[in-house]
Amino acid sequence: MQLFLLTAHEMHDLLIKKEISAEELNKAVFARIDAVEEQIGAYITRTRENALAQARAVDRQIRHGEKISPLSGIPIAIKDNICTDGIKTTAGSKILSNFIPPYSATVVKRLEAVGGAIAGKANLDEFAMGSSNENSAFFATRNPWDTSRVPGGSSGGSAAAVAAGEAVCALGSDTGGSIRQPASFCGVVGMKPTYGAVSRYGLIAYASSLDQIGPFARDVTDCALMLNAICGHDPLDSTSAKYQVVDYTGFLTDDVRGMKLGVPEEYMAEGTDPAVRCVILKAMKKLESLGAVVEYTSLPHAEYALPTYYLIAQAEASSNLARYDGVRYGMRAKGAEDVIDMFMKTRSQGFGNEVKRRIMLGTYVLSAGYHDAYYLKALKARTLIIGDFDRVFKKYDLLLSPVSSTTAFRIGEKMNNPLQMYLSDLCTSSVNLAGIPGLSIPCGLAGGLPVGLQLIGRPFDEGKLLRAAYTFEQNTDYHKQFPEL
Amino acid sequence: MPQYETVIGLEVHVELKTRAKIFCDSTTEFGGAPNTHVCPVCLGLPGVLPVVNKKVVEYAIRAALALNCKIARFSKFDRKNYYYPDMPKNYQISQHDLPIAKHGYLKIDTENGAKKIGITRLHMEEDSGKLVHQGTITASPFSLVDYNRAGVPLIEVVSEPDLRSPEEARQYMEKLRAIILYTGISDCKMEEGSLRCDANISVRPVGTDGFGTKAEIKNLNSFKALQRSLNFEIERQIKTLEAGGRIIQETRTWDEGKGETLSLRSKEHAHDYRYLPDPDLVPLLIDRQWVEDICGSLPELPDHRRERYIKEYGLPDYDAAILTNTKELADYFEDCVKVCPNPKAVSNWIMGDFTRLLNLHGLEITECKITPQNLASLLGLIEQGTISGKIAKTVFAEMFAGGTDAETIVKEKGLVQISDKGAVIAIVEEVLVTNPGPVADFRAGRERALGFLVGRVMKATQGKANPELVNKLLREKL
Repeated sequence: MQLFLLTAHEMHDLLIKKEISAEELNKAVFARIDAVEEQIGAYITRTRENALAQARAVDRQIRHGEKISPLSGIPIAIKDNICTDGIKTTAGSKILSNFIPPYSATVVKRLEAVGGAIAGKANLDEFAMGSSNENSAFFATRNPWDTSRVPGGSSGGSAAAVAAGEAVCALGSDTGGSIRQPASFCGVVGMKPTYGAVSRYGLIAYASSLDQIGPFARDVTDCALMLNAICGHDPLDSTSAKYQVVDYTGFLTDDVRGMKLGVPEEYMAEGTDPAVRCVILKAMKKLESLGAVVEYTSLPHAEYALPTYYLIAQAEASSNLARYDGVRYGMRAKGAEDVIDMFMKTRSQGFGNEVKRRIMLGTYVLSAGYHDAYYLKALKARTLIIGDFDRVFKKYDLLLSPVSSTTAFRIGEKMNNPLQMYLSDLCTSSVNLAGIPGLSIPCGLAGGLPVGLQLIGRPFDEGKLLRAAYTFEQNTDYHKQFPEL
Repeated sequence: MPQYETVIGLEVHVELKTRAKIFCDSTTEFGGAPNTHVCPVCLGLPGVLPVVNKKVVEYAIRAALALNCKIARFSKFDRKNYYYPDMPKNYQISQHDLPIAKHGYLKIDTENGAKKIGITRLHMEEDSGKLVHQGTITASPFSLVDYNRAGVPLIEVVSEPDLRSPEEARQYMEKLRAIILYTGISDCKMEEGSLRCDANISVRPVGTDGFGTKAEIKNLNSFKALQRSLNFEIERQIKTLEAGGRIIQETRTWDEGKGETLSLRSKEHAHDYRYLPDPDLVPLLIDRQWVEDICGSLPELPDHRRERYIKEYGLPDYDAAILTNTKELADYFEDCVKVCPNPKAVSNWIMGDFTRLLNLHGLEITECKITPQNLASLLGLIEQGTISGKIAKTVFAEMFAGGTDAETIVKEKGLVQISDKGAVIAIVEEVLVTNPGPVADFRAGRERALGFLVGRVMKATQGKANPELVNKLLREKL
């Protein structure tokens, strides 16, 4: 097995047995980056020196016989909409192409505090708006399984990096499926935790009431280790919950006997690629054979989730992105006649088409005369969608569904049809509306491309998601399949 | 020509003097080199989040209670979206449909007695930064931005359209300022912008119920500007109507130099603020017990104090109103009354010479060197007849300048009143001899001549003779 494809916990074992140093390990990963990055394009910025310095510090700790954390010295990719002190953070946008934050996001601080080695800043759709990474202002990341295909989005760079061995774990952000969908397309584990479980401080906002940071990993154990590092209340984020943090590795038991799993029929409706459907059904059978009770159920308002999601997300985005005006930081257009002209030129030149489209949509739905018909109605629909989940979770421990109705599509295939692109979020966006946790786990290949099974849980019930996913993983070997590069 | 009635409502912004800003830990201190009182949060850098400063909520509740408002159990923050370079996020965090407090009032004095002015609502919001120009905004080749003020906490107090004249508007502002100062949540300095006011004004024929079309006047940064601009606006609106014109709903700005209001933008060009609940902040759930604790910590407010002065000290309403105008003055008065048995005398001195000297030297009462004990002993000396009222004024001026106590000054300067008949009579006799004319006048029945003679005696004794005694002796001798 190649070193760069080991999981974090496997690397950790080698580190504490002193069979390898953290520096060697990081060098191996950077050698991998050098070898494949041209094909993949996972990173906007690579921070080799930063990672090596952290690795050497970890090696010193090991030499001095100090106890190290499970993520100490592990190379981790950070989605480039998560601020890193002194390291350029672009959000995939031209408008922030020169922005170097004077602070780190809380999640970055927490990862660094446990010895995580930040390997670089991963590519994404501009301001996390997109499902393919084609909306990055810089370049499109390619899917390691088939480089003519997209890695998914918006956290496509993070997912591709983990799948290609260019990072061991990664952080992404998920507003309507932006962690789970690329995890599914790239064949890795990706989790969107409960809204409020992970601090958003330092995450460049797309839609604040839906955004949530979460991990990518090559197996469920690493996913739990990442959660251990990043979860917990943060006084810098008013929306971060005050809750009892637990050791998530404690949930990693190979047992789903008696667990009640519901399958919303709306998520398995026509439109799902038959090959994907087949893989998902097989995965459900697998869980059933392991002792879980799997039944069809219904989320009656599911059909409203996508429009509701797009109305709320765009409304918030139009306000969140107003600050990029060229006055204080980032790009400023040249040759403006006055301040209003400067705003307009800067934003016209600085934002890409998809971002402009969403800002206009959001501005429209908040405008006088339309506010009640669109925005307010969307808020009401959101309440109904939350109600659907509350009802089914009275009966079921978890819900199962495909993450996406298709496998990774070809680059360029959906770029001229935004509506088709938006449909990628069908099975994922309602989870953000309800603020509940969702996880994507590799469950097989369809046409040689990975398919992800989505597990959805009650608020703060990440443990149960991990347990079911871990059980599935222990009894299958999809997580041991890697793309050939 | 019909008689017109004016309808005015005021929107007042008060800067709160909390140590830290409303959503971050940067200082609220006024002044400072540009862009030094800032941090990533109040600069609106990418990815940062606001966290509400609890002290701001406490101060808002303090103000709301002092203004007789109902405190909302549930309230929230909203984003008011518009583009302006002094706003770091291009939206202002404010409170839209669920403010922290509603339905209050304050009382002002009018010719027809006290009048209740309704307060529609009170809400919290963040201040913006400031644009800096070279010369005027139109002539300046550049705009610079100073964000020191961005994120300084404000409360906005919106009145009902209950005010009927510029004079009432001024009274309302003064009363609001007095009450806010009592609560200690702001220093209310109009010149530094910590108290700002916008006015909504319309006119209507007397006897009608509906409202006329209103204009909103901005940029009123003094009591004078408030009153002058309203007077101008009433005249402008009436003239327009009388000429058969129509009032346009618009925002106008007060030009102090020209002494007129100028159109800024019409309703058609008004901002669409596209309000939305701020998803970065959780709703505010106000604990009842907390409100009660804050209520318990409020000082006695001016209206209550004024009534008490009338009842407890037997002061005229006029005195009570002036003395309770500021908390500091009222506190000083009460400290004096504790050591002096004559409240009216204390009141007279405070409202008279004391206020005059304070104004003359531009001092606050808290900066004054005369302790309540010293003022009481001065009044004691007058009461006992040790010094005359006139001498007392001189002594008081000395006390004001140097902080020395009355007895010492009187002793050192030999200002004790001469009440000894033997000592005065010789001087009286001498004055009679040297002023035959007035003496003759008095004897011929001209009472006024006596005053002249008294004056002569007082002059000869450097004002130390007891005036009553002098009077009595002169009459005896004449």
